[in-house]
Amino acid sequence: MSVLIFIDTGEGHVKKASLEAMSYGAKIAEQLGDTAEGLVLGNASDDLAALGKYGVKKIHHVKNEALSHMDAQVYTNVIAQVAEKTGAKVIVFSNNVDGKAIAPRLSARLKAGLVAGAVALPDTTKGFIVKKNVFSGKAFANISVNTDVKIIALNTNAYKTVTGEGTAEVIPFDAKVDNAKVKVTGVNKSSGEVPLTEAEIVVSAGRGMKGPENWKIVEDLAHALHAALACSRPVADAHWRPHNEHVGQTGIAIAPNLYIAIGISGAIQHLAGVNRSKVIVVINKDPEAPFFKAADYGIVGDAFEVVPKITEAIKKLKGVS
Amino acid sequence: MKKNLIMKILVCISKTPDTTAKIAFTDNNTKFDSRGVQWIINPYDEWYSLVRAIELKEADASTVIHLVTVGTADAEPIIRKALALGGDEAIRINAESPDSFYIASQIAEAAKQGGYDLIFTGKETIDYNGSSIGGMVAELLALPYIALATKFDLNGNKAIVNREIEGGEEICEVELPVVVSCQKGVAEQRIPNMRGIMAARSKPLKVVEPVASDTLTAITNFELPAPKAGVKLIPAEQPEELVRLLHEEAKLI
Repeated sequence: MSVLIFIDTGEGHVKKASLEAMSYGAKIAEQLGDTAEGLVLGNASDDLAALGKYGVKKIHHVKNEALSHMDAQVYTNVIAQVAEKTGAKVIVFSNNVDGKAIAPRLSARLKAGLVAGAVALPDTTKGFIVKKNVFSGKAFANISVNTDVKIIALNTNAYKTVTGEGTAEVIPFDAKVDNAKVKVTGVNKSSGEVPLTEAEIVVSAGRGMKGPENWKIVEDLAHALHAALACSRPVADAHWRPHNEHVGQTGIAIAPNLYIAIGISGAIQHLAGVNRSKVIVVINKDPEAPFFKAADYGIVGDAFEVVPKITEAIKKLKGVS
Repeated sequence: MKKNLIMKILVCISKTPDTTAKIAFTDNNTKFDSRGVQWIINPYDEWYSLVRAIELKEADASTVIHLVTVGTADAEPIIRKALALGGDEAIRINAESPDSFYIASQIAEAAKQGGYDLIFTGKETIDYNGSSIGGMVAELLALPYIALATKFDLNGNKAIVNREIEGGEEICEVELPVVVSCQKGVAEQRIPNMRGIMAARSKPLKVVEPVASDTLTAITNFELPAPKAGVKLIPAEQPEELVRLLHEEAKLI
């Protein structure tokens, strides 16, 4: 019996979202009196034993060149083999791009109930009930999982990484690995310094910036905060900024610790993509901008004057001039 | 599976509350309060997967597009609206949608009957936010699955798909049949025109009864998030005060 955590890697490195998933899975194991075990597919250049500090006792490692790209079908087959061999009762994914591709497949394969987008630990006092985001962040649903094996895809940035002591025993796992039907022929990297969905701080700007030539002050603020850049839909539609920066209902949904919105009025479609942010700062010269209602901190003022001053104050705080 | 002589596409359609709908619950927070709610086609299903399917048909007129939805009779206005945008016929599987595995099982069954080359879903529904149907349908049909596509093209019997990865996108190639979940980038939103709306009235809408399937999960109840304390306004002349608050009070920087 175990809680099995899928540890997602990119270019051999363990993703931040997986540290959260391990901490979360380890806590579930503690709740159920089981052990937390990790699973890594493909080559990994990180020290896997060191992941023990996130609460996993063992790490099953399926080393195979064919696993260097995530293929939902191939990965599902391998994870199903490991889940069966280890007698996993609960399987934890991060609800990131890979988790969204694999967890539903595995759910159908194992006939194991899936909660996709979990935001809290399961309530195991009466059954197995997991809280998840619904209605694009406007509500939560408590989902009862009614199967022997349970699968949870944990929302990114919903559970704090817990770092403790310990090393994990790394066990090579000899799995049958199929050839992927999907061939990866290339990769386009986006230019941002920090991937938007993984960023703890996001600096976002909208039509209030008046034109793409004015983005320097937004970029400077993002740089000072080591934040990812985002934008509103009209800005992406006008090609002021690339589409992969568009956050909102139809763009990317994000849940950073801090979201700073500059010159964005806060239409409901925009809010749907960012309302899971822990703290929202709104800078807008229109005091009637609806975004202020959803904000924690606000400045009614001209972004062109206010933003550079904020950047300076941050640099001063961080001791960089 | 061999490629059909005619390309057949199945587009999965879900009915969701309008983006601006007020979210409230009844029956001791166990049911969504649908009073006064305007229903729409789930935007990801409409704007991206359906419109891309229509574009593929525009490029090759022999293409056949079927729409499928799992829902009771009150889903029909939505499926008619989808038919007004495009698509040749629709299938409504006459059932409530208790959980994603149940829905996926119904869609997989319809897909088996139809023998499709391509199955499109939206990347998620804006009500349940599960992102689950595409992956489950693919598994039930033992087909490859590409999630979160940002671009989709056909080249003969091959699909060329860009999919989102952290910090970029991967370019993938796969032989049909395949299941793809679509998001922004795949196509641009369209508005149905009067001709489409008129044509939709006479397009076949087949109602089929569901097949027996398990449900794996159930919603026990809903909760609304605690209301925000209200915005703390900082004078525009003192932006450094914001930095102090973010550092000392929110402890985020």
